[in-house]
Amino acid sequence: MRADRPRSRHEWVDGAAGPVVRPYTLTGGRVRSPALGLGLMALVRADAGVDPAAHPLLQPEHRRLVELARRAVPVAELAAQLDLAVGVVRVLLGDLLTRGLVTVYEPASVPRPYDDDILKAVVSGLRAL
Amino acid sequence: MDRIPMALKILVAGGFGVGKTTLVSALSEVRPLQTEEILTDAGSDTDDISGVEGKRTTTVAMDFGRITINEDLQVYLFGTPGQDRFWFLWDELAFGALGAVVLADTRRLADCFPSIDYFEQRGIPFVVGVNCFEGARRFGLESVRRAIDLDPDVPLLLCDARERQSGKLLLISLVEHVARQRGEPVPVA
Repeated sequence: MRADRPRSRHEWVDGAAGPVVRPYTLTGGRVRSPALGLGLMALVRADAGVDPAAHPLLQPEHRRLVELARRAVPVAELAAQLDLAVGVVRVLLGDLLTRGLVTVYEPASVPRPYDDDILKAVVSGLRAL
Repeated sequence: MDRIPMALKILVAGGFGVGKTTLVSALSEVRPLQTEEILTDAGSDTDDISGVEGKRTTTVAMDFGRITINEDLQVYLFGTPGQDRFWFLWDELAFGALGAVVLADTRRLADCFPSIDYFEQRGIPFVVGVNCFEGARRFGLESVRRAIDLDPDVPLLLCDARERQSGKLLLISLVEHVARQRGEPVPVA
């Protein structure tokens, strides 16, 4: 199969792939971040009393992240709300972490084997939807 | 200060165009959200990709949804990328997942095989929902089960991915399946 596409070094960049984009323009080309290893479900919360207006160097996207994170929000949801790629959001979150504006928490994983009470709560919560 | 809730992750898998986005949207309490992961050939030891015009990036969209069970517990739904070339992203998504819903379309049944294989091989509990597209010929569940050679213990349901009530039954069936695999049924609340 690969021999059919000798010029493509990237199996994920083909005709059906999305546009080839430059998403890191927003981060000034930076791809590395203290938040690089952050999982999609890691929770981000702005520290109490944080006022992004006191940090003039922040970009509008940083400020929106802080506002969205007034309650604990998972990284995946922040990326979706800002309509930015997760990798870009990780870099921006790294900036906020460095400035001490947000705290990240790996979500408490539910202990295994799953507890009766948890499974019961999930089923009844779903039934109530 | 609010507490950090516990998180359960459920994957929604199946072939391209089978209704994963629709199902996640129907179930999520937040607006249908898509989150994109960037794939780049810039190595992980690269600090800066500016000025490297030869480097290429592309994005892959994943559906994301949230269901709040109570103040201490949230369920996150992740729709897996439909194209086979994104298999390597599945491992992060699947890590720690409670289980998965695999959507199937009787018009293109084979499209769900890779998802089923993936979860079977990793011992991740899953249920199969046959999405009833309008105009698609209805098949009996038993003939679908035979056609995909599904283990008799794996729940197989008809569903309509557009309907929240229908999607909810898939998730409940998954949680009950997880409980059964653990050896005990979910006690009646």
